[in-house]
Amino acid sequence: MNDPDPDKPRTPCSGNCSCSGGSPTPSDPIGNPGGSTRRAVLKGIGATLGVAAYAKALAPLTELTQQTSMDEFLQKHYKELTKEELSAVLERLTRETKEQYGADVTIADPKPREGVKFGYALNLSICNGCRKCAEACHLENNHDRPSHQSYIRVFEMTKGSMDFEKGDVHYDHPVPQPDKYYMPVQCQQCEHPPCVDVCPVEATWKEPDGIVVVDYNWCIGCRYCEAACPYHARRFNWQKPEIAAAEINPDQSYLSNRIRPQGVMEKCTFCLHRTRNGRLPACLEACPTGARVFGDLNDPESEIRWVLANKRVFVLKEELGLKPQFFYFFDE
Amino acid sequence: MIRVLKQHPVLAWGGLVILVSLSSLAAVWAQKSLSTAEPVESATAKKTHALHPITIKPGPDTPRLDTGLKDSQGKAITAACSTCHSTTTPNPARNTAHDLVQAHAGLNYNHGNLTCLSCHNAKDYDSLHLADGRRVAFPDVMTLCAQCHGTAMRDYLHGSHGGMNGYWDLSQGPRVRNNCVDCHDPHHPEFPLVRPVLPPRDRISVPAEH
Repeated sequence: MNDPDPDKPRTPCSGNCSCSGGSPTPSDPIGNPGGSTRRAVLKGIGATLGVAAYAKALAPLTELTQQTSMDEFLQKHYKELTKEELSAVLERLTRETKEQYGADVTIADPKPREGVKFGYALNLSICNGCRKCAEACHLENNHDRPSHQSYIRVFEMTKGSMDFEKGDVHYDHPVPQPDKYYMPVQCQQCEHPPCVDVCPVEATWKEPDGIVVVDYNWCIGCRYCEAACPYHARRFNWQKPEIAAAEINPDQSYLSNRIRPQGVMEKCTFCLHRTRNGRLPACLEACPTGARVFGDLNDPESEIRWVLANKRVFVLKEELGLKPQFFYFFDE
Repeated sequence: MIRVLKQHPVLAWGGLVILVSLSSLAAVWAQKSLSTAEPVESATAKKTHALHPITIKPGPDTPRLDTGLKDSQGKAITAACSTCHSTTTPNPARNTAHDLVQAHAGLNYNHGNLTCLSCHNAKDYDSLHLADGRRVAFPDVMTLCAQCHGTAMRDYLHGSHGGMNGYWDLSQGPRVRNNCVDCHDPHHPEFPLVRPVLPPRDRISVPAEH
């Protein structure tokens, strides 16, 4: 293209390639006295295509920078944030929720209370499969509305089997059916969580009160944890959650129900924004049958300890040795 | 004995030493047990003082029959059960749902082998009665339920039966618990079939055979 002197004779090449040989011939079809050769034109086309391809390749990055502020991009891991940095992060997230969703919310960061270890038990004799718990989770935790996302799946089970892999979550008929029972499954808050083991960036960990949490701003969305969880308890945000401003639950926390960004994992946190402040989880309050029992496993006087001591209790997939802190039980 | 001790003063002195040391030991032990008992007492006292209450929702008000008439201010005119029942004699033979007439006709009734007067009080129709004849007011209906449903009541008292709202940690806030009849219709205690809400839209767990 910028050949300094096109008329200057060139050193002929060895000639075993398919190019034009390096020197213009009188029979050049484009033969232009101004010096524009076929080589130059091809070079020009190549360069244009190259620039276009480069621009196209970089396009997602410009979209990303529209969504991601520099502060967010440079944010440290949750555990490495100082108190000041954390409050700046919470302030930024509150502002962004206002900008993106038009809702005034409070994003707090309640810490685990010393000596408390949360446990959950569910009475399979009582549960009637109404899915009110899944709905309460959907509303409480600011889940994406169109996808009906929820941390709880209710399996319709055939009596005689305890293998929830054979259960059906898509049942849509009046419940309970006489030959079925219903098993809600959510995060089991394992003592040895495999989802934590497989995370390549340590974006998920187990808190001292037993709750397995995710730093949504550190998660890279590789979904290894989703694959590792034998209880199918983790969810992926395929899209940016869609929620009407009026439906957003304003009582939020950093590690639980704040609105998650697109492309990150999320999971049940036993509603830690409620339970760390002493309140019962949303799914328990919504249960019309009273099948759910929640409490402090370290308190020998708690309801959950009475259930563990007096009922026929089992855990899901006990053979995996993950020690779930979520228990199922039957009445007599 | 005294003569023996006089003859052997060593024994007397030794006994005295042993007595003194034993009593001082006992004093020390008593003090110790007191000092350990005290903080335990104050801790429990503190706990009970700080705890918020668990409130059980009261049962229904004493029912009244809607006569279908309106008073001069447009309010419905209702009548106490005893208005009619004080002038009629109880008929224990009329004890199944399709025997019922007048205001009670069409009642959806299915509660074991119980008859009306198993729970309703023939001596005072504005109340209920226990199996031993003691009167129970309508708001205290749980006492009545509990006399047959002992295991359910036991579970209820241990927090593993019955819906609730509020706080798991009573040091931070109160809890409100459902009454038996908030969920169970006393005339038809079995839960009715319900339509499940919020069907999931993801593709997990579609059973191969259905």
